[in-house]
Amino acid sequence: MNRLAVTLAPLILAASAFSAQAQDPHAGHTMPAQTRPAPAPPSQTPARPPAQDPHAGHVMPPAQNPPATDPHAGHRMPAQTAPIDPHAGHDMPAPAPAQPNPHAGHDMSAMAPAQTDPHAGHDTSAMNMGPPDTPTSADTPGRPPEDPLPAAALIAPTHAADLVFGAEAMAASRRTLVRENGDVRTTAVIIDRLEVGFGDDDESYLWDVQGWSGGDINRFWWKSEGEGDFGGEFEEAELQALYSRAVTPFWDLQTGVRQDFRPDGEDTTHLVLGLQGLAPHWWEIDAAAFLSTDGDLTAGVEAEYDQRITQRLILQPRLEIDASASDIPELEIGSGLSSVEAGLRLRYEFRKEFAPYVGVEWSRAFGETADYIEARGGETDDTRFVVGLKAWF
Amino acid sequence: MSTPRLDRRTLLRGAAAGGGLLGLQGLLPAWAQTGSAGLRADLPTLTGPNIDLTVGHTPFTVGGRTGHAVTINGVLPAPLLRLREGQNVRLSVANTLDEDTSIHWHGLLVPFQMDGVPGISFPGIRARETFVYEFPIKQSGTFWYHSHSNLQEAMGHYGPIVIDPAGPDPVAYDREHVLVLSDWSFMHPHEILAKLKKSPGYFNQQRTTLSGLMDGSDRMSLEERRMWGQMRMDPRDILDVSGSTYTYLINGHGPQENWTGLFRPGERVRLRIINASAMSIFNIRIPGLPMTVVQADGENVRPVETDEFQISVAETYDVIVQPTEDRAYTIVSEAIDRSGMGRATLAPRLGMTAEVPPLREVPNLTMRDMGMGGMDHGAMGDMSGMDHGAMAGMDHAAPAQNAPAVGEMAGMSMSGMNMRDPENAPPDMAVGVGVDAIAMDPANRLGERPIGLTNVDHRVLVYTDLVSLQPNKDQRPPSRTMEIHLTGNMERFMWGFDGRKFSELVEPIRFERNERVRVTLVNDTMMAHPIHLHGHFFELVTGGPAGHQPLKHTVNVAPGGKVTFDLTADAPGDWAFHCHMLMHMHAGMFNVVTVRPMDGAAR
Repeated sequence: MNRLAVTLAPLILAASAFSAQAQDPHAGHTMPAQTRPAPAPPSQTPARPPAQDPHAGHVMPPAQNPPATDPHAGHRMPAQTAPIDPHAGHDMPAPAPAQPNPHAGHDMSAMAPAQTDPHAGHDTSAMNMGPPDTPTSADTPGRPPEDPLPAAALIAPTHAADLVFGAEAMAASRRTLVRENGDVRTTAVIIDRLEVGFGDDDESYLWDVQGWSGGDINRFWWKSEGEGDFGGEFEEAELQALYSRAVTPFWDLQTGVRQDFRPDGEDTTHLVLGLQGLAPHWWEIDAAAFLSTDGDLTAGVEAEYDQRITQRLILQPRLEIDASASDIPELEIGSGLSSVEAGLRLRYEFRKEFAPYVGVEWSRAFGETADYIEARGGETDDTRFVVGLKAWF
Repeated sequence: MSTPRLDRRTLLRGAAAGGGLLGLQGLLPAWAQTGSAGLRADLPTLTGPNIDLTVGHTPFTVGGRTGHAVTINGVLPAPLLRLREGQNVRLSVANTLDEDTSIHWHGLLVPFQMDGVPGISFPGIRARETFVYEFPIKQSGTFWYHSHSNLQEAMGHYGPIVIDPAGPDPVAYDREHVLVLSDWSFMHPHEILAKLKKSPGYFNQQRTTLSGLMDGSDRMSLEERRMWGQMRMDPRDILDVSGSTYTYLINGHGPQENWTGLFRPGERVRLRIINASAMSIFNIRIPGLPMTVVQADGENVRPVETDEFQISVAETYDVIVQPTEDRAYTIVSEAIDRSGMGRATLAPRLGMTAEVPPLREVPNLTMRDMGMGGMDHGAMGDMSGMDHGAMAGMDHAAPAQNAPAVGEMAGMSMSGMNMRDPENAPPDMAVGVGVDAIAMDPANRLGERPIGLTNVDHRVLVYTDLVSLQPNKDQRPPSRTMEIHLTGNMERFMWGFDGRKFSELVEPIRFERNERVRVTLVNDTMMAHPIHLHGHFFELVTGGPAGHQPLKHTVNVAPGGKVTFDLTADAPGDWAFHCHMLMHMHAGMFNVVTVRPMDGAAR
């Protein structure tokens, strides 16, 4: 059980980040009107707007235009600049010009006087006192019901243009309208890492590529990673085919299958359940648990952050942690924390889609995983210099 | 009526005049050609009761590079339509494209079936078909027209409309110029949208960086940066598509080509400024020349003098300038993220130029842009988690003339606040993947200077400066209120109303015919949204002189802010209601407004 906990820890960590932002005690609740003291009497609503007008009842001298006639009608230039202009002759100094922060260091109470005269220095007779602050849901506890729709607003037809052009002619264009206003489909391919690594006595290659196709919520997502030694042989590769669903503003839930390819024939197949998205502070997270057809449960989490040094030069720390719930000797994976990779890559975005990089990658195997590697005389600790390309289209 | 087509003679004239740029002049309507003397009746604009328009493909050249445009009558911008209030107009639109097209008459009050939105007003104009629009002209002022199909508008399918009043014009002027502002990219708009879906910061080359933090040029402390990072929000996400791909045009000319409008010193020159951009909000100024705003969105306002104003997408402003000196003046249309500018010149003679001011520094978004702006209005009780002492300097009093940087809240724990609390939204709002934030305390920002202009040392127009010249026709108090949230998920580039994209098959926004409704738009996002209602003008509730609320067809709702307008739903039919940021609309910020009953509707 412990092992399971270790295995799932990355996923849980990611999930908690996910839920932290998703958590909303009221999500999904319908808030009955009883959360409010009492529903506002309908008659109050029409009365509200005029009451908010701070100028209601004020005499605004420049506003007293003779009723409907146009004071400017027929006037030529001189009249234009003459007394009708409420601002004529006013200097209208840029309101509160450039005082950097006159209230710095004041506490909130000190703000009150300042608030009383936002137009200090203006001739307020010609200026209004600022727009009325119409209350909105944010000002009201609970989610107050909205004013009911007048019944006449629901009178047929459903679509006015059907009366003129016929329902058939309109139906096709309505479908287009729906498609063109929100139903955007995209297909992306992201080459996150395509790199060559230089170790103490070997040179390796690696790819880490993914892509998607679909709308905003539902996407087909695929991922592929693989690595090998130049001169030696290709070590392993994996390909995932996932259904991805956006579940919160920043997180996608992904599920599907992963197929591994190894030269020695251990081509395992896994079920995948993952979470991919953006954690606070712009960390890109990809966490997943894998259940193999042999019943082995493993998990991994990757985190990347882009630190812009300039607009084009970007330093990217990257962390990958893998763990397993079971011993899988044939894959040299022991239970518990199996490996950690930490990398630092410096890339230059010639274009946003094309950024070569250099970096270092440190990796280390732990626990029984390390034991397996040591047993065959391998290194459990590796540091290599990498050169590669990040690209997308 | 004559149409400025690209013909042999025009080309020859261009070649004779020295080739190069001038050779391209034939691609521009006469009023848009460099060195325009202004709009005159004898210039080849399109007028009269019958107008023929042809939508087609045209190459378009700017900055020495040629791309592919979708144009009307082969010119970019499209021909000026000059009409007169009271006339009837019959506009025959031929589509030579291989796809559907349409023309929406932006700001014109027309019967719904003539409004030009495929799928709402009519079926659209199919490839190689012609549709005839016919309607009476019931207004006067500056308007424009553009495609409402696909993303054609972003490819050049837009042009100006000027309607002369039936009677005398209350605005006196000696000469007029039309300035059509737009944004041109050699990247296809669908590719632009795809980039935004994959990498929402793709076009932003002005993000905060480590070096900017070190040398202080980001004007943002580590503490502030951490706070933005925690929210996964970008304080420099001001325009989604920027000067990194756009060339900002004025009358189809890039900054180097320098469109020039002529004047004689002492003349009152009326500039009819239209923002026909797909995705760009501009700050407009003419250094050395004050501007008197006389009209907004085609509706006359009491003249108000200013030095700079912001024009959001699809808005129009008419200003009067009166240059008295015998010198040139630069007209600057600076993108609000300061990633580029459009430039034109007003001069007594061709060839004269004035200094072009450099781009100003990129503004940072503030906590008011996060919807925490109303905190000076006594809403502090909701923020028990905050350390008030750390909020010193929150000077919202002078309506955010000094909107505090986020860092002024240094020490404030964000964990005590729920930036996405459904309780701050109406009950019918869907709080799902498409909503990354809900404004906790949206402020009415109509009286505030727009972003980037809070600290400039000259006058700046704010919405509350606008006062309708004419008294409002309907002065009944509203019988109903309505709250609509503008929502989005910046990371996924999803946009919608009340948490839903239009493609999710949303319920329309319904009005009873002639009912008067007070609508409040709440912007839960950290981007500005120019919201446009078809078929109607709404009155901005600015708190200005009673009965003179300014009329608008499009209003820019500031990030984290709210805008209240009064609407008399007097146009029966179905109408589009959407964000005029073309990519926001295409990503879902769109809905249908229905006005019923239809009885007696013009057919």
